[in-house]
Amino acid sequence: MSRQYLIRRLLIAIPSLLGISLVLYSVLALAPGDPFGELATNPAIPPEVAAALRAKFGLDDPVWSRYLHWLTAMFQGDWGFSFVSRMNVDTLILQRLPTTLIVIGAAQLLAIVVALPIGVLAATRPYSVFDQIANTLAFIGFSLPTFFTGLLLILLFSIKLDWLPFVFRDDITATGLQWLWEETKQSIMPVMVLGLFQGASLVRFVRSAVLDVVRLDYVTTARSKGIGERKVVVRHVVRTALIPVVTLVALQMPIVFGGAIVTEQIFRIPGIGSLLISSILANDTPVVMGVTFVFACLVVLFNLIADFLYAWLDPRIAFR
Amino acid sequence: MVEALLDIRDLKTWFATEDGLVRAVDGVDLRINRSETVGVVGESGCGKTVTARSVLKLIDMPPGRFAGGQILWQGRDLIPLQAAEMDKIRSKEIAIVFQEPMTSLNPVYTVGDQIAEVLREHEKLTRRQAIERAVEMLALVNIPNPKMRVHDYPHQFSGGMRQRVMIAMALSCRPKLLIADEPTTALDVTIQAQILELMQEMKEKFGMAIMLITHAMGVVAETCQRVVVMYAGKVVEEAPVEALFGDPRHPYTQGLIRSIPRVDRAAVHKERLEAIPGTVPSLLTPPPGCRFAQRCRFAKDVCTQAIPPLKEVSAGHFVRCVL
Amino acid sequence: MPGSTPASLSAEAPAVPAAAAAAKKPRFSPGLEAWRRFRRHKLAVASAVILLGMILAVAFGPLVWRVPINEIDFAAKLEGPTLAHPFGTDDLGQDVLARLLYGGRISLSVGLCAMLVAAFVGVLVGALAGMSRGTVDAILMWLADLFLSLPQLPLLLLVIYLFRDALKSAFGPEGGVFIMIVIVIGGLRWMPVARLVRAQILSLREKEFVEAARALGASKMRQVVRHILPNALGPVIVAGTIDVAAAIIAESTLSFLGLGFPPDIPTWGRVLFDAKDYLDIAPHWAMFPGAAIFLAVLSINFIGDGLRDALDPRRVL
Repeated sequence: MSRQYLIRRLLIAIPSLLGISLVLYSVLALAPGDPFGELATNPAIPPEVAAALRAKFGLDDPVWSRYLHWLTAMFQGDWGFSFVSRMNVDTLILQRLPTTLIVIGAAQLLAIVVALPIGVLAATRPYSVFDQIANTLAFIGFSLPTFFTGLLLILLFSIKLDWLPFVFRDDITATGLQWLWEETKQSIMPVMVLGLFQGASLVRFVRSAVLDVVRLDYVTTARSKGIGERKVVVRHVVRTALIPVVTLVALQMPIVFGGAIVTEQIFRIPGIGSLLISSILANDTPVVMGVTFVFACLVVLFNLIADFLYAWLDPRIAFR
Repeated sequence: MVEALLDIRDLKTWFATEDGLVRAVDGVDLRINRSETVGVVGESGCGKTVTARSVLKLIDMPPGRFAGGQILWQGRDLIPLQAAEMDKIRSKEIAIVFQEPMTSLNPVYTVGDQIAEVLREHEKLTRRQAIERAVEMLALVNIPNPKMRVHDYPHQFSGGMRQRVMIAMALSCRPKLLIADEPTTALDVTIQAQILELMQEMKEKFGMAIMLITHAMGVVAETCQRVVVMYAGKVVEEAPVEALFGDPRHPYTQGLIRSIPRVDRAAVHKERLEAIPGTVPSLLTPPPGCRFAQRCRFAKDVCTQAIPPLKEVSAGHFVRCVL
Repeated sequence: MPGSTPASLSAEAPAVPAAAAAAKKPRFSPGLEAWRRFRRHKLAVASAVILLGMILAVAFGPLVWRVPINEIDFAAKLEGPTLAHPFGTDDLGQDVLARLLYGGRISLSVGLCAMLVAAFVGVLVGALAGMSRGTVDAILMWLADLFLSLPQLPLLLLVIYLFRDALKSAFGPEGGVFIMIVIVIGGLRWMPVARLVRAQILSLREKEFVEAARALGASKMRQVVRHILPNALGPVIVAGTIDVAAAIIAESTLSFLGLGFPPDIPTWGRVLFDAKDYLDIAPHWAMFPGAAIFLAVLSINFIGDGLRDALDPRRVL
């Protein structure tokens, strides 16, 4: 992996971040009745705060200069104040972010653990009964919207069986193992909803990537070495099939975040997804903008991680 | 008779396709003795590659299957062998070099690791020992600066160099038989000669037998002791190399030999190169008689009625023709 | 893929006999050939039947099942399926079947319209990029990449949050929300189609028949419409089919979050949103709309898979 490649990818991330911020700001600027202006004219807000807001957003300046103002403020970490939660937006988001990242991370892990072996097994026995069942289940998996799976799981595990709690609590008072147990119990369903949805598409990605690799010449070479089918598949097939899978997974990230918002809303997980919904319902514009921007940054970040993984998996990259 | 190293008897490798059964190899007999170089020639699609891959059981099953015959390796039939047993023979006793050096090496591992993989599997070497041996092998196949290049990836090598790596890999466990499946077809003409020369050199050093699959008659004349001519999944002629070129009996062999471009003749006599008219018949529903009959200018009625048997016309010279 | 073409001859199998065999097959027109391939995908065919049934049900169902969607009857609230109410009733005693039949019209037409928007924008951008090359092409493709990395659901929520009231006053509560949802969902899904069309144009524009058209003085516009687009049609149809499913999910998600259609328009997602708090006492209320969304999306995805086998055999995903 060459350093040049990494630097190039990093540099490419900057214009995409700028582009995303531009899109966000245009949406905001095009919106009827300046959303920030509304705040400034809201009688519930003390006049000195309103005046400060007017000055900060330069409401009478031309659009481009307001955009630059807004952008610099965002980069300085000055994301505004949430009147609903009575705290700074960046503090609020930072409080909620870890929960979201943990849920998404655990779900990704579950997706990989489930989908990788199934995808590989299906592809190495194409058109077998196993393959057809796996494929049909994958189709069902990504055709089931997360909000419906969530409700189904609640109905089954919380209402009918009464095994798992369906409301996520962040104020569990127990300590030690008991705490861990409670946390695990309340995380099972959200992680399953998100992980199985993601895993279903991953099965298809892995299967088709493996099918592409299996018929390549170097796999026959590997087979002629007499190293056994297991090593052929693991070392030569799966290892190279992972390269395109990484890219496809990165492209899926925006969808995963969408699923995370829904999941957090269903199970009332205090992450940034449920924060977004509650802020929209409460007309808390600075928080809505802030959370949307964070989601955009996360997508760029995951794309960057995917680029690095890609370069790490494929030695040819360094020479492109 | 001495026991052959490899003795293929009445081998049938068939493929189930959407359109029906393709009899790619349909009753092939082929013998290779110790330290012997045997050429297998024929047009593309005649079954020579499938025969070669059948020996190492590298055919995807399904769609392929062995419909009959035996592949005797030092007297032991490989067809019923378990996968684990087969793996002990692959590369250790029979190694193969493929046609496409550009795609036959895994792009994500260094060439050293790929050669070392064979040695670690069959000779139980440590990674370090195996890499050392890989360096030796690379030096042996004349790759300059092998100590450095052992850590390079395949895309850092040219086609000719990759084929040298493939040969190094194939020979790393000193196999008794090297199957070379059109090893030079994908290379530039000047590189082709170098690779053939390298194979000769290796043969002198290691004394293994070679099964050389090719469609270039010139290459056969230069390197082989015995030649097997295949047509549409069957052997049509087999002879020592001098006999084949001196007295080709099968009309198809005659056609093949006449189609060798000869610079000297073409320049002096402005002779047109002779091509065999027509194409290989469908292997889905092969014609009942001699499979070459449709393209054969000597064809008679008997030719289209039954497949002629392989008959010996002189010592070691067999031909499947009524003429 | 279930029921799709078995692996053809592997690399080592002879090429010549296969070609000879192909030549022997009777020749079909491209349309017939595609239909023949589609028919082999059993699940896709079954899905097409199911989807057709659902479309017919929502189109003509309300004419047959004439129970009003907003007849409040507290005496019969939260009832499970009965003869009078085959899908049960909700918390106001309204008939769930009637609401689903009516709401399905909106759910399905949002999917279809959003796909049309996406396909239209995609073809436009793709054709523009493919024909112009140079800077315009680079900018448009950068834009496509940018849109691909936008977090769609948050952005969707943001747009709806900001524009909802203005559109409501301009087009009324139903029309405004419908237009907005269709445009926003469609506007966030044009990128795959644009890329497909552009790639197709780049590979086709040097081909002989386009060259010939150019030599004859056909205008650029004409070249694209008459000669290039028909060739790009297969992949675009496949992408469009998948888009319908994605748009249905997107609309349902919005409605499920309470940010889509208002309560008096019972789209499937909206019914699910209303039902989710009664999961313990009236699970049927949530199950029927959920199953409807699932069935519609699943069958569209299977149809997309079948169409891919039929129209675009090169692509695997």
